[in-house]
Amino acid sequence: MWRYIGRKLFVYLLTFVIAVTINWMIPRFMPGDPVRSMLARASVGNPEALERMTTYYNEVFGLDTPLYQQYFSFWGGLLRGDLGVSVMLYPEPVTDVILRAVPFTLAVLLPAILLSWVVGNHFGAFAARSKILDNTILPLGYVLTATPYMWLALLLAWSLGVVAGVFPVANGYSFSLRPEFTWLFISDLISHWFLPFLSMFVVALGGWAIGMRNMIIYELEADYSNYLQALGAPRRLVRKYAFRNAMLPQITGLAVQLGTIIAGSLLTEIVFNYPGLGTLIIQSLNSRDFFLLQGIFLFVVVGVLIANFIIDIVYVLVDPRTRVQMTGGSS
Amino acid sequence: MTLRVNDLKVYYQTLRGDVHALDGVTFDLADGEIMGLAGESGCGKTTLGKSLIRLDSRMRHVGGTIDLDGKDVPIADDDAMVPLRYHEISLIPQYAMSALNPTRKIGRMINELLRSRGVRPADISQELTRRLELVGLDADVLNRFPIELSGGMKQRVVMVMATLLNPSLLIADEVTSALDVSTQRSVAESLVEFRDREYVKSMVFVTHDISLVYQMADTIMVMYAGRIAEKAPAKTIINAPRHPYTQMLISALPEVGSTMEQGRLEGIPGTPPGLLNPPTGCRFKDRCPMAFSKCSEQPPLLEIEPGHWAACWKTG
Repeated sequence: MWRYIGRKLFVYLLTFVIAVTINWMIPRFMPGDPVRSMLARASVGNPEALERMTTYYNEVFGLDTPLYQQYFSFWGGLLRGDLGVSVMLYPEPVTDVILRAVPFTLAVLLPAILLSWVVGNHFGAFAARSKILDNTILPLGYVLTATPYMWLALLLAWSLGVVAGVFPVANGYSFSLRPEFTWLFISDLISHWFLPFLSMFVVALGGWAIGMRNMIIYELEADYSNYLQALGAPRRLVRKYAFRNAMLPQITGLAVQLGTIIAGSLLTEIVFNYPGLGTLIIQSLNSRDFFLLQGIFLFVVVGVLIANFIIDIVYVLVDPRTRVQMTGGSS
Repeated sequence: MTLRVNDLKVYYQTLRGDVHALDGVTFDLADGEIMGLAGESGCGKTTLGKSLIRLDSRMRHVGGTIDLDGKDVPIADDDAMVPLRYHEISLIPQYAMSALNPTRKIGRMINELLRSRGVRPADISQELTRRLELVGLDADVLNRFPIELSGGMKQRVVMVMATLLNPSLLIADEVTSALDVSTQRSVAESLVEFRDREYVKSMVFVTHDISLVYQMADTIMVMYAGRIAEKAPAKTIINAPRHPYTQMLISALPEVGSTMEQGRLEGIPGTPPGLLNPPTGCRFKDRCPMAFSKCSEQPPLLEIEPGHWAACWKTG
């Protein structure tokens, strides 16, 4: 067991190093000069002043050193938790900017992923082998799972936000309020949170329900299900076993889907102008903010890796077969 | 009389029409009798076995009755069958290797099954351990997952599990087919032992291995194309078969000590008829060397001597 975890940890560490490297490379090989664009916004007219400011900023951001040195100092900074200074929000450190946005992203993402997974699985299991549900609600599931996140987000924003006026369509909270621990602020926060959450939840729900329905049907056709029924076991017991066994591929599915879901959430945030990482990515892209972009990607990558690692461990805990294989069997 | 099956007809529903897998099967099974059920693939052996406990979704009960210990077995009514299953009629399935839930420890699965059938596991746990030991398994298997057991061990676990409530009738469907010869023998011997100790009252042993069934069964019933060809004590079937199909089937078995020089084994030319539109009259007539004009009528199953039944115009 511990050997298995150790091996997994090593693989994840390797993935992390590669991801960080690619992450470092991408913005640097993108076209455009961030210092130039920053100075262009400052609209400095004097060529001499421009020259001096360019040198100054290059030095501040470390862009005047050779690439390999930039790479190593990037790692050094990373290990100290220093991701550099944001160009866009100069002179705020990247870490602070990101940490401000992360709670918003997690608040949408975690409940959406977990709830859609749990509800979708139960619903799919319930719908399997029920003709009416199978013929009415599951086609809807197919439509939902094929829906692009941002399109559904737009639809929801338009219908529930603009037309019905029930929910606000943009931002994390009203500008008229300041963050504080009052009922007014929290309810405002929740009403802003609801639509991004809902659009994520609904799209993911369809996929899980369909996957679970198919898995359950497969498990109910399995030999052990047939045998239990031949021995007169009640439907409840057979379904319980089938559900548990059908969950296993769904756990793997969750690990595989995680990246897609997170990408979807970033798009959703942009639609709702929700102050999470997604919106931050768009903003930093627009202002060629290498450091911020890098930092965000790093956070996302680390998040996906950690989540995958947790799922790996959970899988071992719930499927005795993997456990038995690891210990080499006791027979 | 334990089991009395009368003119049982079970068809498979397909898009092209009904497959007449069981077309009027009649037989009796006495207390303590182990009946071997033999025949080619597709002759209806497994369908008969299943029909006695649970029809699957494609199977339709068309006619005929089943009595067990004097009570009607309502095979067409799935819910009414539930009280009988496991308590009165039990099954060792063809797929015993995969009949256990792969993600539950065996002991826990058995307990959950027992509880769901209204039996307190604690009342029976000693008996369970005893019977596991009887078939040569350590009680420790209950703490294992099915994946940790070999095929033969799983087979024996299923055997013990199926007979735990002392059913009146046990259907053993091809239980030895996936095993090697020495394991086959020990499984067969255990089944006889179960009958001798009255864990099961009587048994239908479905197989295509006639030499194995000869060693353990009291009677053998040979089926052909959804009907019964012949039923008789095991010795009679092997030594003095009367139905031409049985005769040819037996003559196709190798004998110990025989060599190529003494003559090649003869198979039965031709293939069994399709059961989607079965031929009228005797279903074996196209392959039968003794067929004559009367074979276009269906021969009745008659008792030609005490305990020996055959369905052929030539034996009547």
